[in-house]
This record gives sequence, C-alpha cells and structure tokens, in this order.
Amino acid sequence: MTTVRHAMTYFESSARRYRYVFRGSMFASFLNPILFLSAMGLGLGQLVDQQTGEAVIDTFSYVTYLAPGLMATTAMSTGASDSSWPVVAGLKWLKTYHGVLATPLTVGGLVLGHVAFVFTRVLFVSLVYGLVAVAFGALELPRALLAILPAGLTGLAFGAAVMGFSSYLDRDVGLANLFRFGITPMFLFSGAFFPITQLPEFIQPLAIATPLWHGVELTRAAGLGVSTSWHPVLHVLVLAAFTVIGLSVARRKMTMRLIS
Amino acid sequence: MPSDSLVVAKGLTKRFGDFVAVDNIDFEVRSGEAFGFLGPNGAGKSSTMRIIGATSPASDGFIEVLGLDPEFHGSEIRQRLGVVPQEDNLDPELPVDANLIIYGRYFGLSRSLIKERIEELLAFAQLSDRAKDKVDSLSGGMKRRLTIARSLINQPDLLLLDEPTTGLDPQARHLLWDRLYRLKQDGVTLIITTHYMDEAEQLCDRLVVMDGGKIVAEGSPAALIQKHSPREVVEVRFPVGVQEGVVNRLEDLGSRIEALPDRVLLYTDDGDRAAEEIHKRGLFPETILTRRSTLEDVFLKLTGRTLVD
Ligand SMILES: Nc1ncnc2c1ncn2[C@@H]1O[C@H](COP(=O)(O)OP(=O)(O)O)[C@@H](O)[C@H]1O
Ligand SMILES: [Mg+2]
Repeated sequence: MTTVRHAMTYFESSARRYRYVFRGSMFASFLNPILFLSAMGLGLGQLVDQQTGEAVIDTFSYVTYLAPGLMATTAMSTGASDSSWPVVAGLKWLKTYHGVLATPLTVGGLVLGHVAFVFTRVLFVSLVYGLVAVAFGALELPRALLAILPAGLTGLAFGAAVMGFSSYLDRDVGLANLFRFGITPMFLFSGAFFPITQLPEFIQPLAIATPLWHGVELTRAAGLGVSTSWHPVLHVLVLAAFTVIGLSVARRKMTMRLIS
Repeated sequence: MPSDSLVVAKGLTKRFGDFVAVDNIDFEVRSGEAFGFLGPNGAGKSSTMRIIGATSPASDGFIEVLGLDPEFHGSEIRQRLGVVPQEDNLDPELPVDANLIIYGRYFGLSRSLIKERIEELLAFAQLSDRAKDKVDSLSGGMKRRLTIARSLINQPDLLLLDEPTTGLDPQARHLLWDRLYRLKQDGVTLIITTHYMDEAEQLCDRLVVMDGGKIVAEGSPAALIQKHSPREVVEVRFPVGVQEGVVNRLEDLGSRIEALPDRVLLYTDDGDRAAEEIHKRGLFPETILTRRSTLEDVFLKLTGRTLVD
C-alpha cells in the first residue's frame, strides 16, 4: 500500500508546514464561534425565543438549536477553504505540487494525504467550536464532544469535493464563484439557522441535495440528542459519497495536469 | 544496455494531442558526465526532461532511466533523482530550512540525516545565513540556488537541471555555474538544458542540439564547433539601410555568410584578413568584430535561426 505510505508522508509534511502558517487560522478557530454564537445565538436568539421560535425548533433555546448547525457550517468552510486556494496554488500559482511529484510521492498519496490533513484540521476546529459552545451554555459537555465526529465528516466531505472542483481551476474566479454560489448559499439555507421546512416547498429538495444539510442533521442529532430526518446511516452515506467522488475526481484530474 | 549509461533513449517521442513536442530522438547519458540539451524555446527540452524525470509518460519509443522504465518504476527512479525544474516551485511561505526538511521527508529520509545535510547544502548554496528567512524574501539567484540545494537532499545519482540560469543576472549566473562545476567535480551526473550557448560550452562534456523536437547535432562543444563552423567569425554591422546593398560584395570573403537583420556574419579561418579586405574594398561598416566560433554559430548553420531571439 504505497499510496497510504505516501499519504502519511504528505500528511506529516502538511502538519509540519502548518506549524509555520497556523497563527492566523488558529486565531480564527476561536474567534469565529465566539462572534457567531454571541451575535446570532444570543443577540438574534433572544428575539427568536421571545417570538414564535419554540414551536419551530422543538423545545430548545435558539442558541442551543444553532450551535451544532454552526459547528457543521464551520467544518464546511474549513474543509472548503483548505481545499480551494491551497490546491489551485499547488497546481498552478506556486506549482508546489509539481515539486512534490518530482519526489517518490504519487498523485494518489498527495490527494489522500491532503484530505487526511484537512480532516484532522476540521476535527480540531470542531473541538474548539464545541468547547466555546459549552462555555456559552449552548451545548452540554459530552454531547458537544460527540458532535465533533459528524462535523468532522462534514468537513471531510467538503474537503474532498472542493479539492475535486479545484483541480479543474487555473484562476481564482472559479474559487470566488464556488464560495459565492455554492458555499455561502449552503451556509444560509441548509438548515443551520432554521429548519429547511421553513423554505418554500420547491426549494427544499435543493437543500436536501447539498452535503451540508446532511452534515447539519447528523451534527445536530449528536449535539442535541434529537433524531435525524432520514436514517442516520443514509446521511453518513451521502457524505461518504461526496468524499469518495471528490477524491477520485481530484486524483484523476490532478494526474492529468501533473503527469502529462 | 552498457552499465555506465544512466539514461538511454531510442526513438523517444512526446505528443500533446496532434502536436509533436519531442520527435523520435536518440541519446545516451553516461555516468559522471555533464550532458546538455541546447536549443531555443519550444525545442522540446523540458518535455524531454520531464520524461527522464518520470513525471511525463513518453508517447512512443524506448526510455530507460537508471536501468528502469519510468512508466512502471516512476517512484523508484524519482527516489534517486534530483530535479531542478524550469520554474522554481519552492514554498514561498516557509523558511529556507523548512523547505529542505519537508522535501527530505518526501524521500523518506530521517530527520537527523536531513538536519545534517541541510547544513552542508546551505553552505554549498551560500545560504547559511538565510536558513530561517522566508523564501519569499530571497532574490531570484538565491531561490535558484535553494532549488539546487533542495534537489541534492537525497544525494541523487542523476541531477536534472532545466534552464538553471535563465532569467538571472550575469553575476548570479556565474555563481551558479561555479556551484554546478563543483558538483561535476564531485562526480554527480548532470543533465542540463539551456538556450545559452556559453552555458552549454562551459558546463557540458557532451550535448545534443535540439530544434523543433528533433536532435540536429551531437558531440562535445569543441567537436561540434570544429565540425560545423570555421574557426573564426567576423561580425559586420552597417549603418541602417546599407547592409542590403553591400552584402553580395562580402560573399567571397568567407566560407559561409549569414545576413541577420542587424548584422552580417562571415565565417572564415582567418578573421583578420577578411576584416582587412572589407576595408580595402571601400566598404565602411559601423563596426567590425572578429571572434571565435561558438555553438550559437553551429545552431545558426544547422537551423538557419538564432538560439535566443
Ligand atoms: N502540456 C503541454 N500541452 C501542450 N503542449 C505542450 C505542453 N508542454 C509543452 N508543450 C509544447 O511543446 C513544445 C515544446 O515545449 P518544451 O518541451 O517546453 O520546450 P523547451 O523546454 O525546449 O522550451 C512547445 O511548443 C510547447 O508549447
Ligand atoms: Mg523549457
């Protein structure tokens, strides 16, 4: 299994590399949940709770309802951004992937190692999110930790799928569009802030087709102890499918570009 | 295959769609030599290098690198190669030493071994005092030297250098040549591509001249010059508009004449006599320069074009 060995090597290098560049992103990992939970959860949440909120979102206060949703969206944006600019840079802007492939490493090892590192980072970011949510009183401790797993899976699915997407790109226009027309709408409409049953009926299938909705369902179920819309295994399978397809697309396209 | 050949290519061909970038070429690189590919932009040098480097499959023909077929043993071959690509691909966000550490790990080297080698390599690249600086802050020549240092981290059996000095100022080029010369002295086998004839003359024991994907000549720099060009060249420049009218009056002064847009080249074994004769005939060029023949002249003769345009 040389691919796995190469993936471990690349994973280790990514971790080592991260030590030099982490400062900004580490700060963001803590700051983001604090900002979002205070603004959306506490600020907006009080209004929601005073109004009709409780009928729509079970018996939870809004900040509690929101916390696992936000954990999943944070996982999404971490996975997506780690697999967007860095991947196009490796392929095109800095050509660092060309350097990697001049060594014994293979495209398969690079792709797998990259996504494994993204997964680790997502798990860490989710852990921070969970702890901040506990500090806010939004989640309770054992469940906050349990939610890290489905959030990690969500980030993994995005890390892989976005890598597949990025492997086709040469310019940052494509990435800007990915975030403008993909990630941001998902962030807003995939059930993190309100149940998708609030959406017009004809839009709902669109929300269901996004990987984020499945991630939110699982993360919320784990974080709050509620049940998922579909059988949990189905949600997991959807995320797994995005992961596998994203990885194989990335591997195919990156082979075409790097070994040509 | 003779045991001292590190690379053997026969009928090697690379196509991109319908376009033939490398067209049925044969060459052999022997252990310990500095072998060159000399040719203008688009000649197919990088395409050939990437096939040797096992990062680009050949479309046709036979290629063996370190006794192995790159199509099936890419990883094993790359384990023993050093590669300096045409475009630097260092990680600009990382310090100099981290670039080397990470690269060494790709080859599976232990951290302690890498640490040892980094010290030597940075000294070799004259970057010891920049070890902790970000690559971003290095000059072009320093980056190039770092890329060469990086390519040596695995103590390769064969070093591939794709246009190692293109884009550098003369001082940086000479420093690099000196470093490459040392590697050669240490017995490292080098393959160098270049479109600078002086680089090829200085560094290469043997070279092939490439144009349009084909090899048009091969041999040592001296032998190539001797075979394809008289000893000396007289470069004659006329005032604007004059050259066309007088070129035919120079034709008998050398064994060959090339009228370039801005000057006339006269090939002859006795440059001084030709220069004298020009004056005697009452032609008044702006400048006359007599020099020895170079690989540039060989290329011009073989292809009708100049190397750098
Ligand atoms: N990946 C590619 N796809 C299509 N054409 C290519 C590709 N790489 C190189 N070429 C073409 O092949 C020819 C030879 O290129 P190259 O090997 O880079 O030449 P050199 O290194 O001598 O300048 C050029 O005309 C170039 O445009
Ligand atoms: Mg080239």
